[in-house]
Amino acid sequence: MWYSPRSMHIPDGFLSILVAVLFWILSTLIVSLAIRQVSQERDERKLPVMGVLAAAIFAGQMLNFAVAGGTSGHLLGATLATIIVGPWAAILVMTCVVAIQALIFQDGGLLAMGANIFNMAVIGVSVSFLVYSILLKISKGNRWGYYAGAVIGAWSAIEAAALAAGLQLALSGTSPANIAIPAMAGIHALIGLGEALITLGAITFIMSTRPDLLTSSSQAVRGRSSLWIVGLALAVILAFLSPLASTHPDGLERVAEQQGFIKLAQPSVFQLIPDYIVPGINNTTLATIIAGLVGILILIGVSLILYHLRHKTHK
Amino acid sequence: MHLHIIDHYQKMKSPIHRLDGRVKLVFIVSVILSCTLLPTNAWPAYILLFSVMVALILLSDLNIAYVMKRSLLVLPFLLTALPLIFRASEPSIITYTVDKITITISQGGLIRFTSLGIKSWLSVIAAILLASTTSFTELLLAMRSLKTPRLLVAVFGLMWRYLFLMFEEVERLMRARLSRSGRDLSSPRRLGGSLMWRAGVTGGMAGSLFVRSLERSERVYNSMLARGYDGEIRSLEEPPIQSGVLLWLIIAVAGLFLLVIVTNLLMGSL
Amino acid sequence: MKEAISINNLSYSYPDGHQALTGVSLQITSGEKVALIGPNGAGKSTLLLHLNGILSGTGNIKIMGLEPTQENLPIIRALVGLVFQNPDDQLFSPTVFEDVAYGPIYQGLDKITVQSRVNQALDDVHMREYQERVSHHLSLGEKKRIAIATVLSMQPEILILDEPSSGLDPRARRELIRLLRELPQTLLVATHDLLLVRELLPRAVVIDGGRVAADGDTAEIFSDSFRLESHGLELPT
Repeated sequence: MWYSPRSMHIPDGFLSILVAVLFWILSTLIVSLAIRQVSQERDERKLPVMGVLAAAIFAGQMLNFAVAGGTSGHLLGATLATIIVGPWAAILVMTCVVAIQALIFQDGGLLAMGANIFNMAVIGVSVSFLVYSILLKISKGNRWGYYAGAVIGAWSAIEAAALAAGLQLALSGTSPANIAIPAMAGIHALIGLGEALITLGAITFIMSTRPDLLTSSSQAVRGRSSLWIVGLALAVILAFLSPLASTHPDGLERVAEQQGFIKLAQPSVFQLIPDYIVPGINNTTLATIIAGLVGILILIGVSLILYHLRHKTHK
Repeated sequence: MHLHIIDHYQKMKSPIHRLDGRVKLVFIVSVILSCTLLPTNAWPAYILLFSVMVALILLSDLNIAYVMKRSLLVLPFLLTALPLIFRASEPSIITYTVDKITITISQGGLIRFTSLGIKSWLSVIAAILLASTTSFTELLLAMRSLKTPRLLVAVFGLMWRYLFLMFEEVERLMRARLSRSGRDLSSPRRLGGSLMWRAGVTGGMAGSLFVRSLERSERVYNSMLARGYDGEIRSLEEPPIQSGVLLWLIIAVAGLFLLVIVTNLLMGSL
Repeated sequence: MKEAISINNLSYSYPDGHQALTGVSLQITSGEKVALIGPNGAGKSTLLLHLNGILSGTGNIKIMGLEPTQENLPIIRALVGLVFQNPDDQLFSPTVFEDVAYGPIYQGLDKITVQSRVNQALDDVHMREYQERVSHHLSLGEKKRIAIATVLSMQPEILILDEPSSGLDPRARRELIRLLRELPQTLLVATHDLLLVRELLPRAVVIDGGRVAADGDTAEIFSDSFRLESHGLELPT
């Protein structure tokens, strides 16, 4: 059973130094925050739980099911981790999974690990958490809330992480924005479906065997205030503002250009890109909108963190 | 089964294997950094780095074929960079025109694409070299030296300990499922149930794995308690790196740095 | 009398080089009840995994006359019900019904047939009323019987069990023996439980170091305690 590479683990050489370092910094910050949060929760069981769960998730990523013509669906596990141990611990768990994958199995680069951790551990977890909590609140603790939260949360998390990866590739000049982002989004829309279905199956199993594992972690989630609505409003505004705000449709390309001026051996790639490189994908505004959406998700994640810091509720 | 292969390589006794894990980590990361910083089309530099890698592989008694085979993992991701070939600005090689759509393959684009591929491939080789010559505990030690928080390192360590157990459980789960995936001789129907059903079953397997792992973690916690665990994570003191080895590391990293600067100067990017 | 299992000169070595089986030959006719005994690491489980095509070594294997080719594997997996040692690895659905129904559903059978298969299989293990129960919460003995039901629902010709009585308390073990006695299929049981072998299985095959060390009448083999001990086996008095 040879370990097969995934579609979201970016190898080394695909991200520019700036992008790689930027996301290393971001990831380090957020993971440090998560460590502090988890350490403060005064729960000594957390350590064995996280360690064993990380192992289970990594191993669980090898579970597959036949899709069609030889392809198979797999699990990332960020949503499951979030549901089972909560967002902060889940960030740590997924960080370990991503790190081991890169270090031992070369699935994902070492320089690019900051970005991969950000995509899968941070975005994957925070988007899962956002969606899951919202649905739990809406359903007022009803069963369907868990299931809907798991399904929609899993799909959204994969999509968001994929968009971020596409964004990083575009920012690095490796792939043009109007190809990378829609391509990533498109491919992972299907992969996200697989993730959603597997997560649903897992939650169904857990609900019937150990429902306490789900309800205990959901207690803390349901008592939240309306900070989510604020975050969501900001997100929606951004989604509409981004295409308007960028006077040049190729906003991302300008950023890539500017990196070229800093001359770190990554000369700008797309100064002269025609608008219609690939037939059918003809809207660079689309790229900016999608970039905006990714920005929203990042913002949501950040507001999550701020909320946690303010309230410091423990599980 | 392939995990046995990894362990097998890590237990070998070449000079590279015996080198301090921290030194290896820093060096390999520097190599990867250099790969990324080298300009496009810098073939002499690529070949130089490749030779260094091959030399190190030979020094560590690793099987070159094994390393090369594993390095092919990076290939699929190159698809994302494929559009680079179609950059319209450089001197073009081939131009296709279908209806109203023009697609050009440019020389510059091809060069850029292959350079990216080479650099990425070199990085993977370096990473394989690191993984194959460094035991996991050494890696943990290296992480600690780089000031990785103790909690994270502890989770890492526990994860590693249970990883192989989990792999085996997954293998048994999949074998059990396979053993019940049969065809009824009398009725040649379409096998496999619906896609959703298959996904759901896989989910159940994941759920079962997770629930059991959580229950196992409770037993692990009890064992930890029995050995005096009180919530505080302590680790052994890290021994200092030998000065001779440190000197070599500095020289090696300086060499890489020099390579990058010189290559960039020569290729006009600086 | 049809040949249920025909193994000729089977050898297998793991990817890491370890030679697990060497020149194993074994013929089992339909309806026979055979024990596979030997010390740990002798290759019993490895051998069993060849019988439904999970592993494939060199040599010749035929199951009910079929060779384990890509085409035949799904058919063989329905003909051979392989029950593993740890029931937790085989019970991965929320309810007992779903676990037992996996086989028939995969085979593409319709809902009514699936239900009747499940009913029959659970009846065979005397656990019909457990349909809506959660497998995870059952005792080890109950889980083991459900695990047997999960393969019975495919109506196999051959039943292969890996250490069925390990970990069971006397009562559960007694239940299991009674159950195995009732089942009509060809039976191959890998086990350390020599008393179970003596009670249930008239033929014993001794495996040691990946080779067949003895193959014959159980009573005869058991009467030679010196030989048993040389293969790491002990008959409790």
